[in-house]
Amino acid sequence: MGRRNRTEGSIKLSGLALHLLLAVGGFLMVAPFLWMMLTSFKSLPQILSNPLGLLPNPWNFSNYADAWNAAPFGLAYWNSIYICVLTVAGTIVTASMAAYAFARIEFKGSKFLFVLFLATQMVPQQVTIVPLYMIFSKLGWVDTHLALIIPAVLCNPFAVFLVRQFIRSLPVELEEAARLDGAGRWRILFSIVMPNIKPGLAALSIVVALGAWNNFFLPLIVLNSENQFTVPLLLSQFTGQYGGINYSVIMAASAISIVPMLIAFLIGNRRILNSMAMSGMGGS
Amino acid sequence: MTAVLAKTRTPDAPPVERGEASWRKRDRWWGLVFVSPQLIGMCGFVLLPFAVGLVLAFAQWDGLTQLTWVGFANFQAELADPVFLRSIINTLVLALITVPVGLALSLLIAVALDKLRGRTGYLLLYFAPVMTSSIAISLVWQQILRADGPLNQAFSKVFGIPGPDWLGDPHFVLAAVSIVTIWSSLGLNVIIFLAGLQGINPHVLEAARVDGAGAFRTMMAIRLPLLSPVVFFSTVVAVISSFQTFDVVFVLTKNGGPDNSARTIVYQIYDEGFRHFQFGMASAASIILLVLTLVVTAVQLGLQRRFVHYES
Repeated sequence: MGRRNRTEGSIKLSGLALHLLLAVGGFLMVAPFLWMMLTSFKSLPQILSNPLGLLPNPWNFSNYADAWNAAPFGLAYWNSIYICVLTVAGTIVTASMAAYAFARIEFKGSKFLFVLFLATQMVPQQVTIVPLYMIFSKLGWVDTHLALIIPAVLCNPFAVFLVRQFIRSLPVELEEAARLDGAGRWRILFSIVMPNIKPGLAALSIVVALGAWNNFFLPLIVLNSENQFTVPLLLSQFTGQYGGINYSVIMAASAISIVPMLIAFLIGNRRILNSMAMSGMGGS
Repeated sequence: MTAVLAKTRTPDAPPVERGEASWRKRDRWWGLVFVSPQLIGMCGFVLLPFAVGLVLAFAQWDGLTQLTWVGFANFQAELADPVFLRSIINTLVLALITVPVGLALSLLIAVALDKLRGRTGYLLLYFAPVMTSSIAISLVWQQILRADGPLNQAFSKVFGIPGPDWLGDPHFVLAAVSIVTIWSSLGLNVIIFLAGLQGINPHVLEAARVDGAGAFRTMMAIRLPLLSPVVFFSTVVAVISSFQTFDVVFVLTKNGGPDNSARTIVYQIYDEGFRHFQFGMASAASIILLVLTLVVTAVQLGLQRRFVHYES
């Protein structure tokens, strides 16, 4: 009995130690965000005279106004949001169509095409960026959002692979009943299959949205005018203007771009975590 | 006669079968229609640029003047360029640091969280950096890593000596990039590993417990082997994405760091292609990056048999 108590006690103790370690690690993970928030409310003289001071004294809200007025963040947000929405909606449709064909339709060359899709996933965009830029300039897409939306919508082999996994998990009988009622492939896909894989498609939407929102390399290459910039691109150019001198305004600008995403994460955390786990494991 | 025969036979034939034939006929067409948007995209935005890149790598071109064929000169020039060689080494060093350290930490955290109550709270903390743009977090880290920044202030308080100039000293810039990279990608692998651990059949664990296996033994002999396919997949993905490191270097360092100490291959491609408009050189660098990626991935796939346990 005494021995049992001791083991239970040591389990409790090790559990406590585990919580302590994880809490310290968790603090380190969010510390940069906290530091960003605190610095964004400090005035420049305060940073210079008291670099060790943790809390802003007094709290200074003008950095946010300065950051917001120094660069068109409102416009950048609008650009990012609509690029994101169109990319997600388009990807869901094209990926579902291709995935349905690969999962359910027997047609010539389907196996070869599917392998080709999987293989192109191995080619990173950075490898094709120079010719891709030339293609964009031939199409007149340089400095337009078309260069960000169209290729993203029309070429996402991972999305095709993922949706194919979802469709394969559905019973075929579901479609056969509709077929006997005279529904064609088109109607089966949009009114039977897609509604039945809604959770999967929602997860894919989150993953695609996050990727589109945080994309930096392609916007950096194709966009030139400030009024076309997405949020990350505007932010990266913002430091150029401020020369890395006024820390607190830069931190306010960073907060302007980070905080809405963190709030979205807090609201939809369960769904977002599940989506990322599912796509990270290849849809299993 | 035939007409009569046909008329009498039609009602007997099951209607589905006739429908089946025309259905299959139409399917051949539907398949291509359904695949076509993605197929056009793959051809136009991956295969075509890939082919053009292969050709460009053997040419000298600035996008404006006459294109001239130079054979392997671009590759020779790249591989003789100490700056590019430095970028290859930096890219490999980054992968060698961030992949093992990042995945080991993620695995430890996932194992710790697996049976823990209240793990959602921790998950929120660990996952938060994954949600935010690499540009914004690099800006924040740029301030944190300043020679007189908060990290070094804490460092000198604890150790009594001044901390290194993370972004100004060529010996420390890659370490700085690694810290930011690991910090920002940790949470993603934690939830992937955690999902893998939670997906393990509880009957298997119960059987192990009945057989008298302790927590440690169960971990080493059952849970980790069952998780190994997930770990392997994450490793492959992590290596490929680490080979594409650009954003953090672009923001954290000015022009690839002092003495190009943090210049990566993708940074080199960007620099040559879009700052100096040497499209041929940039294409050659791209192809070297692709070959490197393919070789390392092939090696990993080869090692897979030895280390990865697949349930039959």
